Amino acid sequence: MTFDASGRLPEAFLIPGGSSFMDFLAGHAPDLLPGRRSLGSADFSHDVPHGTTIVAATFPGGVVMAGDRRATMGNIIAQRDIEKVFPADEYSAVAFAGSAGFGIEMVRLFQVELEHYEKLEGATLSLDGKSNRLSALIRGNLAMAMQGLAVVPLFAGYDEDIKGGRIFSYDPTGGRYEETHFHSVGSGSLFARGALKKLYREDLSATDCVTVVIQSLIDAADDDSATGGPDMLRRIFPVVGVVTADGYQRLPEDEVAAIVDSVWAERHQRPDGPASASLT
Amino acid sequence: MSVPFYVSPEQLMRDRADFARKGIAKGRSAIALQYADGILFVAENRSPALHKVAEIYDKMAFAAVGRYNEFENLRIAGVRLADMRGYSYDRRDVTGRALANAYAQTLGAIFSSGGEKPLEVEILVAEIGGSAAEDQIYRLTYDGSIADVRGYAVMGGPAEQVADYVGEHYQEGISLAGALRLAVDALGHDGTEVRQLTSDQIEVAVLDRTRTQVRKFKRISVETLERILSESRPAEDATEESKDSTPAEEASATSAPADDAPVAPAADDVPIAPPEEPDDDRPL
Repeated sequence: MTFDASGRLPEAFLIPGGSSFMDFLAGHAPDLLPGRRSLGSADFSHDVPHGTTIVAATFPGGVVMAGDRRATMGNIIAQRDIEKVFPADEYSAVAFAGSAGFGIEMVRLFQVELEHYEKLEGATLSLDGKSNRLSALIRGNLAMAMQGLAVVPLFAGYDEDIKGGRIFSYDPTGGRYEETHFHSVGSGSLFARGALKKLYREDLSATDCVTVVIQSLIDAADDDSATGGPDMLRRIFPVVGVVTADGYQRLPEDEVAAIVDSVWAERHQRPDGPASASLT
Repeated sequence: MSVPFYVSPEQLMRDRADFARKGIAKGRSAIALQYADGILFVAENRSPALHKVAEIYDKMAFAAVGRYNEFENLRIAGVRLADMRGYSYDRRDVTGRALANAYAQTLGAIFSSGGEKPLEVEILVAEIGGSAAEDQIYRLTYDGSIADVRGYAVMGGPAEQVADYVGEHYQEGISLAGALRLAVDALGHDGTEVRQLTSDQIEVAVLDRTRTQVRKFKRISVETLERILSESRPAEDATEESKDSTPAEEASATSAPADDAPVAPAADDVPIAPPEEPDDDRPL
């Protein structure tokens, strides 16, 4: 990064340009962009911490996003209280699975990108616009994804136009796909998605939606060694973000704890979780 | 062979300063006022889209008068500098002082270089702290001079006249509604005739310490503004009537405590931006 030695605003800052912070960095300080680094040809997939399972589900008037707290490095648990769910701006949330270092950097850059646009333009991007910017960010990371450092985010937000929540998933090449109702990414996502399929209903209240999402994370942790279940000894519980017309809110620790405790108590009776009332 | 005219450096600088000053005085004024919970910005601006007041960063705002294209360019540079610093270091490491210095160096260098025309702008960089005592307002002029202001600052248009009015009525720890009323009245006292500005003629924003979000800057919508102004207006009318009936009081208006009544009437303590109204709490 170059700050002018004379204390003047650097020339590049005064040149009229677009409203994208990423584009500005590409022109002025390209080394600050995550995708521009050269790594040689090694495979890093077991040498750096990886984040695991993320889930999201919509309910009437909003969307819930949650992530477990485990990061793994090969067979080692690298961190047991990592956070993978963040507010992207006031009306959207972003979470990542995959390479933790790049994931966190990508989230920070994405947050600045949205805020920068908002300040320069005096208006927020549409939800589709935000999701496309995230695509562009992932695409810049493609070379590293090929070396085992892929970051796969999940993006969700409140859409003013439809007065409800929407979910977008991505692949490591930057492909963007809108999901209906619910989605999950990361190593435990198959199990989480199975649980969501059986428990999810379109008319869930916000609290019930959070419960369903937590059930699915517990199911993921049950069958995937890289996904961390609720840590009852240390009281470490999933991070849950809720986005509604009132904006992003991280669910307070005690509310998550209360839901986890009741789910946990039920699982003492039936470890596989709630059973469906009907078979047809 | 033609001989270039000699112009003394003093004359040259005076000419450039006159040029910039004239340009700035042509516009309308903008005011920044410290109130109990932050800093209020009020600018006379008939355009709802071309802003004179804007957010820079979490606790920092920018206000400017003069040529729009010139201060807009400075604003964008400020946002880039702030976002760049925040991204490279941390959000807490973005300070008003650093930004004000960068602006001062830039304005100063342009003013004294022969090649460029001086910028016809005056700007404010304001930053709120944990309490009113930690708030900072930097005022920068076209030549790069920088001043650390306490209480209030007025720039653009007939700034001195407006500042005199604010100075007569301003009190430390004034409520938001009181500060707003004062600023709107002050903007109307910019000529021989007193004007009554309506809510669609002014642009209002605050840096509000009590906001729960990280970003403390908030624009105040025309609807909210209308409500506040109409709520405090009856009180003002009453005072004006009483003034008419007692000319003696009017004569000593500058020192009479009764004159403070329109500034902070009892109804003024109504919260201007209730956080429970999600519509009003949108970013920007």
